[in-house]
This record gives sequence, structure tokens and C-alpha cells, in this order.
Amino acid sequence: MEEFVKYTASQLKKKIAQDNLAASDIASSVADRYDKVEDKVKGFAHFDKTLLSERAKELDKKGCAGNLSKIPVVIKDNICVKDELTTCSSKILAGFKPPYDATVVTKLKQAGALLLGKSNMDEFAFGSSCETSCYAPTNNPYDLEKIPGGSSGGSAALVAADETVLALGSDTGGSIRQPASLCGVVGIKPTYGRVSRYGLIAFGSSLDQIGPVAKDVTDCAGLLNIISGYDPMDSTSADMPVPDYTGSLIANIKGLRIGIPKEYNPGSITGPIIDEAAPVNETGIKIREAVDMLKDLGAQFVDISLPHTKYAVSVYYIVGCSEASSNLARFDGVEYGYRQKQPGSLLDMYKKTRGEGFGAEAKRRIILGTYTLSSGYYDAYYLKAQKVRNLIKQDFEDAFSRCDIILTPTSPETAWPKGLKTKDPLSMYLSDIFTIPANLAGIPALSLPCGYDSNGLPIGLQFMAKHFDEEALIRAAYTYEQNAGWQKVRPKL
Amino acid sequence: MTIKKDAIRYAAGLARISLTRQEEELFAEQLNHILAYMEQLNKLDTENIEPMSRAGSTGNILREDMVKSPLSNDDALKNAPEKEEGFFRVPKIIE
Repeated sequence: MEEFVKYTASQLKKKIAQDNLAASDIASSVADRYDKVEDKVKGFAHFDKTLLSERAKELDKKGCAGNLSKIPVVIKDNICVKDELTTCSSKILAGFKPPYDATVVTKLKQAGALLLGKSNMDEFAFGSSCETSCYAPTNNPYDLEKIPGGSSGGSAALVAADETVLALGSDTGGSIRQPASLCGVVGIKPTYGRVSRYGLIAFGSSLDQIGPVAKDVTDCAGLLNIISGYDPMDSTSADMPVPDYTGSLIANIKGLRIGIPKEYNPGSITGPIIDEAAPVNETGIKIREAVDMLKDLGAQFVDISLPHTKYAVSVYYIVGCSEASSNLARFDGVEYGYRQKQPGSLLDMYKKTRGEGFGAEAKRRIILGTYTLSSGYYDAYYLKAQKVRNLIKQDFEDAFSRCDIILTPTSPETAWPKGLKTKDPLSMYLSDIFTIPANLAGIPALSLPCGYDSNGLPIGLQFMAKHFDEEALIRAAYTYEQNAGWQKVRPKL
Repeated sequence: MTIKKDAIRYAAGLARISLTRQEEELFAEQLNHILAYMEQLNKLDTENIEPMSRAGSTGNILREDMVKSPLSNDDALKNAPEKEEGFFRVPKIIE
């Protein structure tokens, strides 16, 4: 059988029109690919072949002519799909089937997309490696012994492994961009407010955004078109017109001003620490090569400074965990999910349900967030972090007065061996140093492949832009992609 | 600032999470490590800096107060671990 799922969405759309393909043909191709590689990748949290085939038949009967008609899309397991398992890869949401669709899911259904199932993730999006899932950890399609990144590790791995054409992820501190980088695919964290979060199970409400994961920039722009826009059900979504992002697929960046933060000097990144005196690692070398190519293509490079970046990880883990401790209070064994049923008081039930239902990282973050919000510590931690967050935002405002976009690595390193950072949470947290600032400032950012290291593992390049200037990101990324051609590299599975 | 085991127990209590003794010890050690790193924030003078509590636009979002059909009772209870006669069922609250 032909593997339709190997195409990009734009290629598959043409193929569907040419060969008059049915959704059922595409669903069979997806199931076939699943049988071949899913054992190796383990990217799905929930996948049901019967359900998929029923859904495809329904699409064929309805004959939807939407913009994503019959295109396979995977949804991250923290985004509600009506009457289908949505568990945040957590035991505490075991068996939960939401009574409603998230707004992004409604939009995908209206566009005629073929929904495949739910992708695996770090539990409640708490992690950078997909290892805190209550299911099996997802493997990196480029090296099955390595992590795929996280928390949207399932979404990125499934796109890379050609088990889906498109995927949705969520990004609170890099959870779309870092796994996209580590799996060699493209991911966008849109501006805070660009995409409705109604139906996204909340982690950090001042940070969370839903965004696309795809095989190339063109597909990311197309998917962003579908999911963007104001939603009365999410009062933080922006009531602003949405441009046609595919209009920014222009391979020309003459005159574009690209800022390189001196604190992120790509030649001096070793491990998670920014050390200007350190020797160049392979990520740094590839970033330099990308800079050279963009220079040749006519971009104008500007030195900028983001002096408060070194505080971003601290600020993020205080703000994010504080918000998470509040958001996750709703999982109490009463309305949905897991419940510890031993006899005892209501309080005992709450404590045991949450003690057994949450994994170690979730408990750690809830306790940290409860501590930083608790009386006597609120000013020292939470309030202090909110103030430094403002300084980080001001850094970006100053920088964007001098440049149109900012270029950095997405991750300081390529995919690491499984288990390497699970015993030391701080080392895991520090791996998000380059992605966190965009969430704190609320600005859009994109990751795309810019090469491979000596072990054949993907390296990602990050662009960041001003609020609601996704168009600049897409144009710069498309120009680079069309000239560099890394999107043609596929993992051998 | 270091966090002691009883502080972990206190925060876990506020968060309604029961921990095993091993978890208390492990989390105390790990959270100390994390909080020690976060000490770096104290190097910054933030005396005259406004706290930033939201990433989007500021100001209230208002709407008309309109009656709409809510989630049905059946739908709301569909996922409940225990229910009875249209209600969520919990352990006895009043002695």
C-alpha cells in the first residue's frame, strides 16, 4: 500500500485531488504505517483503529471540502476531543472522555481533518523528555534509545516518523519547539492570545499556547491559519484579524533585520549553561552555518542583548509551578478520572487520590508551586518572579526596536539518552533555557531543522518575533528552509 | 533559604497530596537544589519594577449576561467515579 502519510499536507492535498482518494484509503495507510513503526516510536497515548476507520467512513459520507479535507492530524493528549480519551498522559485522568471539543478541535473537524488519536506527552506537560508520561516513554525516531524531547514529544515523534501528516502540540515553556527541534520537524508557538485555549487542560494559564507541528514550514502556516482566531470561550484570546499565513511563504528576506543576542552566542553554548568562554559545540557550529546562509540571502544581522535571560528558568519554574498548583487543584477524584476508594474521610480521599494519581514530577511541581504561593513565601518567590518576568519582557521590547526577528538555537543540545536527566529535575529544567523567554514575554516563536550532529541527530534553529508577527517568523523560516533543504531528511525506521 | 521536610509536608498538605516518607525526603532534597538555584533572583534589584501577571492585553473582558443552555446533568456526571441520583457522590462530610 502506498504510504500517503509520508507526504506533507500540501502534497497530500494534491494527491487526494488527482487520484480522488477517499478518507478510508488514507486511514488504511495510517493504520499500515502504525503497524510498521509504532512499536519502535510509541508516540501515541491513544490510538484506536476501529474508531479511525469509522471516522474515515463518516468523512467520506459527509464529503467535506474543507481546507484540511482528509488530512491526518494527531492531537496532543491534553486537548479535549469529545467522547474520546483525553488524559494528559496521567493516571489521575484515567478513562476521562470530555463532554465537549476544544475550540481548535472544532475548527479541525470543520476543516475536514482526519483525526487519528492522541499523542503521548509528559504528564500534564511537566517535562522536556516525554519520560514522565504514565504510559511508556516515546522514543526519538532518529535514535530509539534517545528521548524525543517534551512535553509534546509524541506529536513531534509521530510527525517525524511519518505516522501522521500534522499534529497539534501545546507550549508552556518550549513544549512544541524543543521536541520539534530534537525530532527534526517544524513547530510554532503562536503569540499568547492568537489561538483559543478553550478545551486545553490548563498548566500555566499565563504561558500556555496551542500550536502546529508539521514536516515543513508550509504545513505549519496552513495549520496555523485553521486554528487561529478570537474565541468568546477563551477571554485571553485576542479579538484581532488573522492574516493568511500562507501569504508569508515567500523565499526572500532581503533587508530583514535579524538580532542575535550576545548572551546566546551560538559559538559558546555548552550544555545548558550559557558560557561565553566555552568552546563551540555541534549545535553552535550548525547555528553559525545557518547565520552565514541567511547573511548570503540578504538578511541584515544586528547585535542585541537580552541580559535577563539567565534568570528566565528561575522565573518560569516559579510562575509555571504556582499556576499549575492552582490549575491542578481540580483533580480531586470527584468529577472525573481516578479515585482512591478506600474507606475514610473526604480529606483522606483527596490526599490519597492525588498522592496516587499524580506522578513524581507532577507532585514535585504542585508542591513547589504551593510553597512559592504560600503565606510568608509569596513575596520572596512569586512576586519577585513576576517582577523579573517584566524585566525579561522589557529586554525583548528593547531588542525588537532594533530588529525584526531574533535568532537562537532551540535547544542547547541534541536528543539525550533516556534516563540521563530524570534523577536531577534541575538539569531537565535548564534544558529549556532558550525556549522559556518567549513564553514569559508572550511572543511567537518557531523551531525548524538546521542540520544534524555527528550522530545523525537533528539540530533546531529558533526564530522569535514581536507579538502577533507570526508572518515574520514564517517568512524567515520558509526562506531558510527552501535554501537549506533539511526538511527532505527523514529518519530510517 | 532551605526547605525542610516539615515544610514539604506542610505544602503537600495544603495541596491535598499524601506523600510517602521516601517521597518527602527525595522532594526535600530536590526542591532545596531547585530553590538554591532560584536564589539568583535575589541578586536583582526589583524595587521599582511592576509585577507582570499576564502575557496578553490588560483590562477586563466583559460580555452580556445571557442565558445559555449549560452542560446537561448526564454529561456532567458521565465521567464521575461515583454518582448517585444525579449528584457526585463523595465520602461522608458531616459527622
